[in-house]
Amino acid sequence: MSKLLARYAECIFWMARYMERAENLARILDVHETFSRDGRGAKDWYPIVRLNGDVERFFSRYPVATAENIVNFYVLDGQNPTSIISAVRAARENARTLRPWISTEMWTHLNVFHSRMLALKPSDVSLPNLSRQCATIKEACQAHTGITEGTFYRDQGWYFYQLGKYIERADQTTRLLDIEFNTLLPAQFEIDSQLDFIQWHAVLRSAAGYHAFRRVYPRGMTPASVAGFMIFNESFPRSVAVSVNQINDLLVSLKSRYSLRAGNAVMERIDEVQAALESHTIETVLRDGLHQYLDWLQLRFCDITAELSLAFFGAVPTPAQTQSQ
Amino acid sequence: MTPSAPQYQGLLSAYDPGGFYDELFGGKENRAGHTELIRRRLDAVNLADIRSRSADAERDLFNLGITFLINSDREAIDRILPFDVIPRVISAAEWAHLEAGATQRVTALNLFLHDIYHDQKIIKDGIIPAELVFGNANYRPQMVGVDVPFGTYIHIMGVDLVRDGAGVFRVLEDNGRVPSGVSYVIENRHIMQRVFPDLMHDIGIRSVENYGLKLLEAVSEIATPGVTDPRVVLLSPGTYNSAYFEHIFLAREMGVPLVEGRDLVVEDDRVYMKTTNGLAQVDSIYRRLGDDFLDPLAFNPDSLLGVPGILQAYRKGNVALANAIGTGVADDKAVYCYVPRMIKYYLGEEAIIPNVETNICREKEGLQFTLDHLDQLVVKPVGESGGYGITIGPRATKEQITECRASLLKDPANYISQPMVPLSVCPTVTEDGIEPRHVDLRPFVITGRKTWVLPGGLSRVAMRKGTLIVNSSQGGGSKDTWVLEGDDA
Repeated sequence: MSKLLARYAECIFWMARYMERAENLARILDVHETFSRDGRGAKDWYPIVRLNGDVERFFSRYPVATAENIVNFYVLDGQNPTSIISAVRAARENARTLRPWISTEMWTHLNVFHSRMLALKPSDVSLPNLSRQCATIKEACQAHTGITEGTFYRDQGWYFYQLGKYIERADQTTRLLDIEFNTLLPAQFEIDSQLDFIQWHAVLRSAAGYHAFRRVYPRGMTPASVAGFMIFNESFPRSVAVSVNQINDLLVSLKSRYSLRAGNAVMERIDEVQAALESHTIETVLRDGLHQYLDWLQLRFCDITAELSLAFFGAVPTPAQTQSQ
Repeated sequence: MTPSAPQYQGLLSAYDPGGFYDELFGGKENRAGHTELIRRRLDAVNLADIRSRSADAERDLFNLGITFLINSDREAIDRILPFDVIPRVISAAEWAHLEAGATQRVTALNLFLHDIYHDQKIIKDGIIPAELVFGNANYRPQMVGVDVPFGTYIHIMGVDLVRDGAGVFRVLEDNGRVPSGVSYVIENRHIMQRVFPDLMHDIGIRSVENYGLKLLEAVSEIATPGVTDPRVVLLSPGTYNSAYFEHIFLAREMGVPLVEGRDLVVEDDRVYMKTTNGLAQVDSIYRRLGDDFLDPLAFNPDSLLGVPGILQAYRKGNVALANAIGTGVADDKAVYCYVPRMIKYYLGEEAIIPNVETNICREKEGLQFTLDHLDQLVVKPVGESGGYGITIGPRATKEQITECRASLLKDPANYISQPMVPLSVCPTVTEDGIEPRHVDLRPFVITGRKTWVLPGGLSRVAMRKGTLIVNSSQGGGSKDTWVLEGDDA
């Protein structure tokens, strides 16, 4: 059976993560642009900076948190490691390393996408153009996913690609929720309230979940039902639960098909997250604090990544495992 | 026929090779009959059309990432090798001659390497001066007494050929360490198939597709006897190496992992690669890393690119390397002068492809001749590659000649000189229309158990008017090289 170089496995994993990250960032910015049409202006953008943990970095580069600055920081700023362009560059760098392993079509598409991102000017992402630009970026990411699905050889590498994609997606869904709940909800709120229907609609739309949500909840829309749908629904492709179940299945397959037995510690971490999803409902989560719950999940995704590095990527254990953002 | 002959009414009507031997038209006496159909087809293309095809080709190259890295002041930039859509065409008869010549040359060089690392007869018999071998920085005493499979040291060789004013091919240089450029040979063909299918149609061009297979075959053949399904890897210095694209290309063509030094580890004098499932033994390595960087324990201790302990594993026969360690002594510019005598000594034959006449400045007469004719000669440092440090006498300023004279007197052994070869030209798309540009040719020769020559080669073209230096680091480009199946076209 053909072997997979540990370093390749790691590059494949991160290539997938960075592309998923770019797509999700585009989704988050897109939905925010929709909110800012209501004239709420700059204050609505700030939670993105705060919840991504980018406050210090942002203010070291920009004097004020204007919408323009924040958008620039997250789309075009190559000095900001959490920007879309940085994610695409990192994906392309990984793809460059992986060129002997991935299909030529995957590489060419990413290479061209990266060149196109480099050519973007600040005016291309000004607020009137932002939504269209985000749509273009999102579609380029989806084209990547489609080309990968259609051309990437199905051996171990495919599993590491999927692992990267689903871990990032689960993580990004928790971030999206965290940001929007902070932006949209007053400090005290009724979890059944029908407030800001249009904006919750936009949150769902940013995750391409509106129609799916309507199928489950034909009437009404509450912050609780939206959050519950995005965390717990077992059929919605961007929900945390679906991603976590996928991660579990992928690890099981790696073990059974490729005899990769080093993944037991990762499996234990996944069990922990699955248990935390099964033992909660959105009501108990909101009662105990949504932000705390989402934060806990994000930390578990860091742990899972660290365990994967130890098990498969040849990482050496260090006292403090940290995740690269 | 001449370019001004009435049958050229289109693209080639104003073309004038300027007295040089021309790859498409031939020379005054020896016309290139084999390219007649190609010339007629080219003539029928208009300049705007050929420019748009050129632009398509260059865009494809960039998007596909067929690039090399240039390190500028601030960052590494991807550049494409400029590509010219007018092919360089070699007849079947010419090719048969080049193939035989390249095979003869690599055979002699392998015998030479085996000899100098064993009995050193060629030195004892006074054919080649001992100091040229033992004083050579690329001579590796660690290889003395080491036997390599089939006596093959140079598994992959690039022979740099030029064609003089009479149309005679001559060897300009041997590349027996880590020759590069073969990826362009194959990718250029793919690009031509996309942008100029109508020019190629039904010409009968020999395929260059199976290079990867032949390479894998050779690299597998040299693995430790008894290993039935050897694990082969390509060892690269990494993504920041200027030839990284080629490493990717070859790993893909061979279907083997592209590894870096950090992916390999030596335990009990065996080489392993780190996989998702632990260590897996490696049997044969196509390495694109110079000797100096290969093993920090044996060679350059500062190298972070290599694999500590690999030399010992190699000497024990537990892993094969292509090319072998210590081949640099055979492709040295000073040793080059002795290759015709080597061929005579080992094979009892005359060199099928002659050298360019060369003066060895370490020898009194050579130095004197060079100093006396500086304005007519090309002076080259023996240790450099990539076209660096060359003084072209007939094109040099007075200051450059003075500078060159001083360098020569200071360290004569570091230089050779050659007459300026009037390099052949080939019609090339330029800003001023179709103009002659100088070209060279690097065929690639693979040797495991036997020798195989890729029917084609890298034709590098000096894109700047009048310049003779074709190296990519000096602004050179490349052309697709067609070897014809037969010459009756």
